Amino acid sequence: MLDSKIPAGPLEQKWVDYKGHVKLVNPANKRKLEVIVVGTGLAGASAAAALGELGYKVKAFCFQDSPRRAHSIAAQGGINAAKNYQNDGDSVFRLFYDTVKGGDYRAREANVHRLAEVSVNIIDQCVAQGVPFAREYGGLLNNRSFGGTQVKRTFYAAGQTGQQLLIGAYQAMERQVALGNVEMFSRHEMLDVVMVDGKARGIICRNLVNGELERHFGHAVLLCTGGYGNVFYLSTNAMGSNVTAAWKAHKKGAFFGNPCFTQIHPTCIPVSGDHQSKLTLMSESLRNDGRIWVPKKKDDTRKANDIPEEERDYYLERRYPAFGNLVPRDVASRAAKERCDAGYGVGTTKQAVYLDFKYNLINKYGKTEAGKLGIENPDTETLIRLGKEVVKEEYGNLFDMYEKITGENPYEVPMRIYPAVHYTMGGLWVDYELMTNVKGLYCLGEANFSDHGANRLGASALMQGLADGYFVIPYTIGNYLADEIATKPIPTTHEAFVQTEKAVADRINTLMNIKGKQTVESFHKRLGKIMWEKCGMARNAQGLQEAITEIQQLKKEFWSDVRIPGGIAEMNPELDKAGRVADFIELGELMCKDALNRNESCGGHFREESQTEEGEAKRDDVNFAYVAAWEYKGESNWELHKENLEFEVAKPTQRSYK
Amino acid sequence: MEHYMMNLTLKVWRQKNANDKGGFESYPVKNISSEMSFLEMIDVLNEELIRDGKDPIAFDHDCREGICGACSMYINGRPHGPWEQNTTCQLHMRAYKDGDTITIEPWRANAFPVIKDLVVDRSAFDRIIQAGGYISVNTGNAVDANAMPVEKDKADAAFAAAACIGCGACVAACKNSSALLFVSAKVSHLALLPQGSPERKSRALNMVAQMDKEGFGACTNTGACEAVCPKGISITNIARLNAEFSLAALVSQ
Ligand SMILES: Cc1cc2nc3c(=O)[nH]c(=O)nc-3n(C[C@H](O)[C@H](O)[C@H](O)COP(=O)(O)OP(=O)(O)OC[C@H]3O[C@@H](n4cnc5c(N)ncnc54)[C@H](O)[C@@H]3O)c2cc1C
Ligand code: SF4
Ligand code: FES
Repeated sequence: MLDSKIPAGPLEQKWVDYKGHVKLVNPANKRKLEVIVVGTGLAGASAAAALGELGYKVKAFCFQDSPRRAHSIAAQGGINAAKNYQNDGDSVFRLFYDTVKGGDYRAREANVHRLAEVSVNIIDQCVAQGVPFAREYGGLLNNRSFGGTQVKRTFYAAGQTGQQLLIGAYQAMERQVALGNVEMFSRHEMLDVVMVDGKARGIICRNLVNGELERHFGHAVLLCTGGYGNVFYLSTNAMGSNVTAAWKAHKKGAFFGNPCFTQIHPTCIPVSGDHQSKLTLMSESLRNDGRIWVPKKKDDTRKANDIPEEERDYYLERRYPAFGNLVPRDVASRAAKERCDAGYGVGTTKQAVYLDFKYNLINKYGKTEAGKLGIENPDTETLIRLGKEVVKEEYGNLFDMYEKITGENPYEVPMRIYPAVHYTMGGLWVDYELMTNVKGLYCLGEANFSDHGANRLGASALMQGLADGYFVIPYTIGNYLADEIATKPIPTTHEAFVQTEKAVADRINTLMNIKGKQTVESFHKRLGKIMWEKCGMARNAQGLQEAITEIQQLKKEFWSDVRIPGGIAEMNPELDKAGRVADFIELGELMCKDALNRNESCGGHFREESQTEEGEAKRDDVNFAYVAAWEYKGESNWELHKENLEFEVAKPTQRSYK
Repeated sequence: MEHYMMNLTLKVWRQKNANDKGGFESYPVKNISSEMSFLEMIDVLNEELIRDGKDPIAFDHDCREGICGACSMYINGRPHGPWEQNTTCQLHMRAYKDGDTITIEPWRANAFPVIKDLVVDRSAFDRIIQAGGYISVNTGNAVDANAMPVEKDKADAAFAAAACIGCGACVAACKNSSALLFVSAKVSHLALLPQGSPERKSRALNMVAQMDKEGFGACTNTGACEAVCPKGISITNIARLNAEFSLAALVSQ
């Protein structure tokens, strides 16, 4: 039943062969074909731009007031590409291999190899668009390192890489808007997929300014709606990030792949109190230059700078000498939790570790700069001053952000950091062509499950989003649309549109009429707490079972006691949020179910029952080398389908970063 | 950092929709921690309003990290509040003390009509970008990224201009509601790079023409925009735009 449509042939030939044989749509016919793109982050904006350039008639949607504000804008550290500009041994194969290994052998080899192949085109395209990546004095592009790799392949623009890439894609898309190839609908939220004769043929969305429901037809529908980390309430995602579009598609038949695969990012600013509305990431790139430590003594109350060098435990360097501070995220997060649980945490809450830049300020940057300037025997103060200037250029905005939030100056005192929910590897199941199991319904970017297995390597999400949008979908969609050239646009008066719109309207009415006592926000917080405690960094069977019961209970309470102020036919952010939280509650249950089913540890999914003697994650390839694709069968009822993963090239081994 | 609690009075602009006249409402807020962000303080108030059966205050926000450009509050007469180079979402309550009164309004400009409460329509900015804020290169057309070296200082200057988040604070601060800082940032970002050079002239002309059409006012060099810009976009970009524009206008005559 699950056909991943992986082309035959050797791994490195698959994509080349596919492109050579895929069906094409001629330019005259492209103009007759309409494509709906929901979401205009990196995946959606790049897809809309590329498809518009090809001549398709594109309609694009986002819930923010402008496509330039999609959550991709917040990505900080960088984007990977196998350019090997540093001559340090990088290659398409190595990027492929690192990504499969980093994902703990739970990703599809063919997809990952294609991703590595097109990564080089992405950088070329972005530079041509005017994306101002960091450069060396000679005018050529600069690179930095990220976790889980031993080469420098990450391209960046200070700590604002996502912003610059998204602005590039946004501008390319706005150019297509000006040319009349793309029509943009901002402040619109998709609330359902319209199915005609078993194919996705359009969407119902709500105009968030006046509350009206709208029907839009498309020969194909692309969901590029981002990740669902906000199911945990607190995460590094933007406030509006949600699962609604993917969830509606799921309820219309699209399978949900590996929902429990969540990435907890090791370096975020810790929670400061109950008022907390979101968490802020401090980019992984900081681990290039920051060293992570806790005091060797339990419950040490001294200030960080008063603790002498020999009383500091650089636990990542100690446990993982080969990768040190640059171990993958899942490993770094668990190690931080382990230290804090054991009583070595720092700060008022004791739920934090230090990320300290002093050593590299002095030794790495300070000394190099002093050398460049010909200063002999510089004192520490000079070294720190010189080092600061370099660090400012590399990460200045992140340091400023830290200071604004915490009131502490990270150039002077180490940052306090703690893991936080950051990214979701799970998402709608898609085949090699990025089509879900529903015909004509595609899913791109973070919203799909495809490339990162059980753990995503840093700087690979931006790469995937742009790969999907610029370089994969423009080819694969033709293979479907070539057979649709005879299909006339279906009028939105068609019964399927009428019925679907009615179902959406009914649900909104039901929500508004509950008129209960508890706010949407309070339900979201409670859901987040259950998820974080029982389906977070460490999971076990008992906790997951409890969580499922608690979530079902929460769902009942929500649908009988939520209070949504205001009306339907107006701008009503609480109503928008209520719909999203209702979907998060259902997703939360499925995530726990998936986590319970997967009785192994892999990547970001750590089942306490499955660990090595040293406390590292223990995979079970015999029983779990598959993608869990869940089919919705009705309330609290799902059927599991398995896509077995074959590893022909990157043979699974126990991951080791020692 | 030591934290403290405070009680405040908020005077907030309430407006049901675009046609409503709107007016200020006062709200007391209690037990606000100095560690909260400004928007978290509004969250607290909104939760109370909902519990009391009232309509919460509508405002734009998303990333809450100072990068998406959504948040847009005019706080005590200054876009984004009192801190330098800062967005509303990154303003923290440490900036205030017990007993303070804070007045909160939406951006005010003809080209940014109010939709509801503190939410305004900034789609004019998207249309200005459509008029020419891009480099015309189709996907797949690019040469190797290192084929065209860019001098580091030019690349750095382009990056500094590209840091604009499209928030519109510059317009809100300007007595003429001019959008020239925003437009000049984009024109500079692209004109400074060799890739952007072929379209320099048409870009400057078309973007400025669109800006005028949207109803933004003229620039009289007061510098209010630069002072409030959360990303430190410099008014030297306006000088560069003027130069680009004169050159282009000369040629097109
Ligand atoms: C703080 C932070 C830093 C990061 N840094 C990096 C990094 O350095 N490198 C890296 O590779 N990755 C990074 N990531 C991850 C990366 O940014 C994201 O995975 C990626 O940008 C997702 O892009 P996307 O296009 O899939 O989705 P998004 O950018 O989330 O876009 C989703 C789009 O869908 C729209 N949408 C959603 N639902 C609906 C709906 N129902 N109706 C209509 N529209 C809808 C939204 O309006 C938006 O336009 C970071 C993530 C975070 C949170
Ligand atoms: S120039 Fe500054 S104030 Fe104006 S839109 Fe850009 S970031 Fe905002
Ligand atoms: S909410 Fe994104 S910049 Fe303030």
